[in-house]
Amino acid sequence: MKPLQKQIGTGMNRVDGRLKVTGAATYAAEYELPGLVYAVLVGSTIAKGRLASLDTKAAERAPGVLAVVSHLNAPKAPGAKPAGKDPSQPQTVGNPLAVFTDDKIRFNDQPIAVVVADTLERARFAAGLVKAQYAQEAHQTNLEANRPQAFLPTQAKKNPKSPVADYQRGQVDAYKTGALKLEAEYVIPTEVHHPMELQAITAHWEAPDRLTLYDKTQGTMATRRDFAKQWGLPEENVKVVATFVGGAFGNALHSWPHESAAIIAAKVVNRPVKLMLTREQMFTMVGYRPHTWQKIGMSATADGKITAITHEATGQTSTYEEFTESTLGQTRMMYQAPNLTTRYRLVALDIGSPIWMRGPGEATGAFALESAMDEMAHLLNLDPLEFRLRNYTDQDPERNRPWSTKFLKECYQAGADRIGWSKRQLKPGMLRDGDWLVGYGMGVGTFGAHRGASKANAQLLPNGTVLLQSAVTDIGPGTGTAMTQIAADTLGLDPAKIRFEWGNSSFASAPTQGGSAIVNSVGPAVQEACLALKAKLRELAAAGNGAFAAARPEDVAFADGHLTLNGNPAARATYADLVKQAGGTAVAVDSKPGPDGQKYSMYSFSVHFAEVRVHPLTGEVRVSKLVSCADAGTIINEKTAGNQMKGGAVGGIGMALMEHAMIDDRFGRYVTKDLADYHVPVHADAPAVEVFFVNQPDPHVNALGTKGIGEIATIGVAPAIANAVFNATGKRVRELPITPDKLI
Amino acid sequence: MNQFQYARPSKPQAAIRAVAKDANAQFIAGGTNLVDLMKRGVMTPQKLVDINRLPLNKIERQNNGLRLGALALNSAVADDKLVRERQPLLVQALNAGASAQLRNMATVGGNMLQRTRCPYFYDTTMPCNKRAPGTGCGALEGINRMHAIFGFSDKCIAVHPSDMSVALVALDATVLVSGPQGDRRIPFADFHRLPGDTPQKDTNLERGELITAVDIPDAPFTRHVSYYKVRERASYAFALVSAAAALELDGNTIKAARLALGGVAHKPWRLTAAEQVLVGKPATEATFRQAAEVAMQGAKAFKYNEYKLKLAPNTLVQALKTATAA
Ligand SMILES: Cc1cc2nc3c(=O)[nH]c(=O)nc-3n(C[C@H](O)[C@H](O)[C@H](O)COP(=O)(O)OP(=O)(O)OC[C@H]3O[C@@H](n4cnc5c(N)ncnc54)[C@H](O)[C@@H]3O)c2cc1C
Repeated sequence: MKPLQKQIGTGMNRVDGRLKVTGAATYAAEYELPGLVYAVLVGSTIAKGRLASLDTKAAERAPGVLAVVSHLNAPKAPGAKPAGKDPSQPQTVGNPLAVFTDDKIRFNDQPIAVVVADTLERARFAAGLVKAQYAQEAHQTNLEANRPQAFLPTQAKKNPKSPVADYQRGQVDAYKTGALKLEAEYVIPTEVHHPMELQAITAHWEAPDRLTLYDKTQGTMATRRDFAKQWGLPEENVKVVATFVGGAFGNALHSWPHESAAIIAAKVVNRPVKLMLTREQMFTMVGYRPHTWQKIGMSATADGKITAITHEATGQTSTYEEFTESTLGQTRMMYQAPNLTTRYRLVALDIGSPIWMRGPGEATGAFALESAMDEMAHLLNLDPLEFRLRNYTDQDPERNRPWSTKFLKECYQAGADRIGWSKRQLKPGMLRDGDWLVGYGMGVGTFGAHRGASKANAQLLPNGTVLLQSAVTDIGPGTGTAMTQIAADTLGLDPAKIRFEWGNSSFASAPTQGGSAIVNSVGPAVQEACLALKAKLRELAAAGNGAFAAARPEDVAFADGHLTLNGNPAARATYADLVKQAGGTAVAVDSKPGPDGQKYSMYSFSVHFAEVRVHPLTGEVRVSKLVSCADAGTIINEKTAGNQMKGGAVGGIGMALMEHAMIDDRFGRYVTKDLADYHVPVHADAPAVEVFFVNQPDPHVNALGTKGIGEIATIGVAPAIANAVFNATGKRVRELPITPDKLI
Repeated sequence: MNQFQYARPSKPQAAIRAVAKDANAQFIAGGTNLVDLMKRGVMTPQKLVDINRLPLNKIERQNNGLRLGALALNSAVADDKLVRERQPLLVQALNAGASAQLRNMATVGGNMLQRTRCPYFYDTTMPCNKRAPGTGCGALEGINRMHAIFGFSDKCIAVHPSDMSVALVALDATVLVSGPQGDRRIPFADFHRLPGDTPQKDTNLERGELITAVDIPDAPFTRHVSYYKVRERASYAFALVSAAAALELDGNTIKAARLALGGVAHKPWRLTAAEQVLVGKPATEATFRQAAEVAMQGAKAFKYNEYKLKLAPNTLVQALKTATAA
């Protein structure tokens, strides 16, 4: 028999690629259930106040309308609390805005009613007939104006060890007394995830106490938990299906008002209800990367050693949830600085809650830190790469313990070679290509190599196929493909014989897809499930065949229709017999992170190098080349991993050059409402991104050696571009995005 | 979206009659602008008169010029051999607009009549004199980075978003119109209006008047042309500022010039005074700067569009440089 090719590390095609490109993959809004009806939300047109009256009569009389539901008539979900801060919850509060519980308006476009009709068009028409009167109150939507009201997050008040609590090593604000110092403020605007697939849910009460949701979510288990709690149901009575998710970038990490609304609507009309947001609603009620102000103070010695950094950040949150993110974490561990201060604050505004957006706070923080590194290198007249090398950390300066692995220097080298860093001039504005100025910049990224507990189920089917199941979602990174590869190598089985099923809360519990943690967490669960299956099969085979009893699990091999033993061609046990025996082969594992997380600091690292062209007359910026290098541990699939890096880099181009959701503070309402005025990069903005992986296993995170890719693909890209723009023009832009008006 | 009636006549006169007699009727061509506006409730016609069956999509030679049928697709015009040979500036302007898919739907007439992208016009909960006369101008003291620096009034500071129209105004085109009172010809420069006290009126078309064609006279601008469009990404975005430049050169001397700006006013902004500055002078950056200075006379900015006072002349200079080098 031909030895099986090892799958891990190859660029195996996506297991669902064909389904996706042929349109056969089913997304949340594509479940055509019998009796399905359509819901459209009505949003508030003020940012703060009370609903004085709501006239739904015309809408109710409109053709095809089944119900108009609002706080006036919504059935009470037993577990739904009115929106408000729940300080018992860390990070973002697990108390999503429960719709229709009261008459309060907390942000503009907050759902105030939902209209259900037999067709989408009729629902939309009727939604336009709902008339609201408001008792308006003065609102606040401007971060800058409200910074004096910034506060320490509740979780930091309760726990001084919290990652968002004030941090200190060495002397406080020591940079102020440094000989060579800089002080600069950096701002990122609100950015919105805008995956291609709009947020959508199909809610179906299969019985008065049994709810099935076909939902766009990154975590089937989390969504199940939230809505079981909201409706006071046992978790097993709620089923969440998210087999295909058309991108999310974080905006499906939370439960949102439209989901609550669809479930209420389905309850009222007692039929399955589909609700899909409009692009406009994607701005207002499903999160965003929060507008954040930052300030960095940094001092260094004349020979380029950092002596102190103070990094402050103030981010925006809503009035009803305290959303925090790790904006300052990397500043504490990235460079060797004996004196280091971080302070994180929030401002509560009358806008919907933010949520993590790819690279989350780290991408925001990296814009400030990596820009400041470039500014300091310029002050020192040092090459910014050399400056980073002089402050390289061989162990974690925050926790004073070793890194599990760190191959960032290798990334620096590979990236510098590939971008042609030697062409870079220390002095800005020196290089030209025709009319255009040319510049080079770099930015570093890092993100915790997180691993969470995860279960997995595996069984051998009589036809010789192995079926694996996990509740994990695949929002685009290729999770299903990577898991198939891991199973194939662990079992020694052709990947065509493996069926990995995902995206269903009825499957084995898995963490939410996010924080670059899925291969780290679900990967070992799949690996362990496959090992357990092998052991079980050997045991079952041993009962009927002595040769198997004596064998080691790793010698068990899969052949056509039966198991064999390496080194003993005569031994065989047919699948049909094995399955019949003992009534099945199912195994279940519960895979948990090991103790190494206490001994080592575990991070993925990346560096991005950008070459840009800037037009001196028009201020247009073109990224002509991008090289992204990552130390992300073992690479399971070089194609999907490369795709993550490229997609993250393009997201970084958007962050650097164009993404900006704008609010008119007089109305507390977004003026950017669609993809014609909220710009994301188009093909012409994205150069071919060159990707390099160190591909060295990290033995401490898990047995596969993975560290995670999704976030570091974006973190550090925006400052690399901003630094390249400085190198090209001598203009330092500290407020993103870098649009032409800021350069001319 | 409101409910509406739909008709699809095959004769121009029937279409004209249908719209002339009904104040709530509206022509629809490619629908790429009108349908969007209807979905948002910005425009609420009670009747749509689909003109796609009218025989108005020809591109042909006519009286020492080119005649573009009102229903000729933006992509068809940009790909047409005659147009490419004789009016390359128009080709560049068309290809700088929207996306390939939209250009395959958008028509010449519809493109001229597309409405402003001002966010206050688009949001029915906000004040806008163009959408709802008398409610005020939301942009005047709002987020006005995309707004006008020329020809605005205190009632409206919106800009016209069409790229094609910037080239057509530079090229001295004429709009052919048929209406209930018969046919007339409108010079392109007089087709769009400044807002004044009636910003709800974008153009000088009367109710029921149908654009049938656009005539472009032959001119020697077949080589030294440039439509330079500055936007916030490399493609598929409306202009912050755009400049159309067409030159006739004799050696390095400018014999004739046509200039216009986009993204700066309620209408495509022809720059005849700046053109005069160029004639007879050498095609150098210094000359272009002089012309740009004249072009900018009378410009005034608002809180967020100050940058246009610099970007507009710079874009004009760049368009002239590119045209010269072509
Ligand atoms: C996402 C997006 C991006 C875009 N980007 C750009 C861009 O960068 N640059 C640019 O220039 N444009 C851009 N456009 C606008 C596009 O060019 C216009 O939508 C298009 O040209 C309109 O043509 P249409 O035939 O579809 O018009 P329709 O939408 O059918 O009609 C528009 C208006 O014209 C009227 N009308 C149409 N034909 C006639 C006629 N013959 N006589 C009288 N009235 C008529 C209609 O009644 C209606 O009021 C963009 C559009 C979109 C959606």
